[in-house]
Amino acid sequence: MSEHSLPQTPRQIWMGLLARAPAARLAELCPDLPPHEVLRAPEVGAVMVEGRIGGTGQPFNLGEMTVTRCALRVGSLVGHAYVQGRDKDHARRAAVLDALLQGDQAARYRRQVLDVLQAEETTARATRAAKAAATKVEFFTLVRGDDQ
Amino acid sequence: MYVAVKGGERAIENAHAWLAEERRGDPGIAEMSIAQIRAQLALAVNRVMAEGSLYDPDLAALAIKQARGDLIEAVFLIRAYRTTLPRLGSSCPIETAQMAVIRRISATYKDLPGGQVLGPTFDYTHRLLDFKLAAEGEMPPPPAPTAPASCEDVPHVTAMLNRDGMIQTELRGTATPPDLTRTPMELPANRALRLQAITRGDEGFILSMAYSTQRGYGRTHAFVGELRIGTVAVAMEIAELGFAVDIGAIEVTECETVNQFTGSKTEPPQFTRGYGLVFGQTERKAIAMSLVDRALRWRELGEDFVGAPAQDEEFVLMHADNVQATGFLEHIKLPHYVDFQAELELVRRLRAEALATQEAAE
Repeated sequence: MSEHSLPQTPRQIWMGLLARAPAARLAELCPDLPPHEVLRAPEVGAVMVEGRIGGTGQPFNLGEMTVTRCALRVGSLVGHAYVQGRDKDHARRAAVLDALLQGDQAARYRRQVLDVLQAEETTARATRAAKAAATKVEFFTLVRGDDQ
Repeated sequence: MYVAVKGGERAIENAHAWLAEERRGDPGIAEMSIAQIRAQLALAVNRVMAEGSLYDPDLAALAIKQARGDLIEAVFLIRAYRTTLPRLGSSCPIETAQMAVIRRISATYKDLPGGQVLGPTFDYTHRLLDFKLAAEGEMPPPPAPTAPASCEDVPHVTAMLNRDGMIQTELRGTATPPDLTRTPMELPANRALRLQAITRGDEGFILSMAYSTQRGYGRTHAFVGELRIGTVAVAMEIAELGFAVDIGAIEVTECETVNQFTGSKTEPPQFTRGYGLVFGQTERKAIAMSLVDRALRWRELGEDFVGAPAQDEEFVLMHADNVQATGFLEHIKLPHYVDFQAELELVRRLRAEALATQEAAE
């Protein structure tokens, strides 16, 4: 099994949620960033995305995606972010939140940010799944002849 | 040979100024935004991401705008930009079995777990121009109907065939795949390298290669075992942390063909597989990719090489890239004055000799 299909730790879950969140929405939910010391300034780069031959076999290189990373310190807590796209503010905000969520204010940021993002992501997914479900083909067989 | 020629700076500058004006077109017509291109020309954006080999819808939309809708030029812009980015690493292989599918169909089984899900498809449309779209101020269509959905993963069709040993298996591996963006492609290529070259190859070229196999040039008797489109999470091992996290999610199209195979010197009769996986909603490309992949597997499956173009690895892989092809094709329009002078001299001399011989003979 791959690493990410194993049960995830809370930190893995929140880092994923912050990375997948729309940058503008994250900024709305957490507009003010506390003072922080930048360890690695937001940097835009590319990650090679791998697929598997036949969906299950040997890895192959599918193509790259843009990713922005950032590392910083809030007080004594180090936060990291690797987020899809080229938005440096997104990476910085995600890294700050990664640090804050390890601290004693975690419960507050969980409520203010994570719970909201999680709910919105779930809704967005469910909406698409429900539209897909409406296009599922219901086969019916015409009765030919009769047994009676 | 072509030589550097000086001069023409002003002509070039003015040509570029005019290009900028033409690109914008009539200023009386509203300008297109990147968001509009991304949202309303999404399939063009997908194609540019797939062939540009960089997943970033905003960048692809920008490239389309800058290239005036010339998609190969847009792919070129994306490839050029990509070279400026540092490589931060490689992802964990994406798990398409965990895809949030919006479309999933099988041509081999009518009833299958997860069902036949059509998704937002052009199939079954009548291909009649819709003149309502030509009218300004179109009302947005109402939201599409919904139905109760299960949130379970949709199993792969080939996994069902695998249970009976009726189909060749793809064993899970961890080998680091070759990367043609890092090391120039060398032939013979293994399957991983071939798939990388095909997934970023020109859609038209891959389509024609696939079509040629269907018309008999290296026939592989393909059924679409499964075609699925949807979103998958992308995870990456973060060295600083020592564990993997999701860094985003991408939309991909996956096609698996199931191919009749009567057995060969080395393999028993069983179904074999062709595989296509492409960024975005790119169904035509993914199906074509899986046919070409299967045709190129003749050697490992112990089939005969019948001389079909789609079986010829060098022919397919070395001609699939539209940026490379465009570069070489279009360079012949650049100044070749010195070459041509030499040609002119040669033809003049040969002609004079030929005429002299003819006169002597008469």
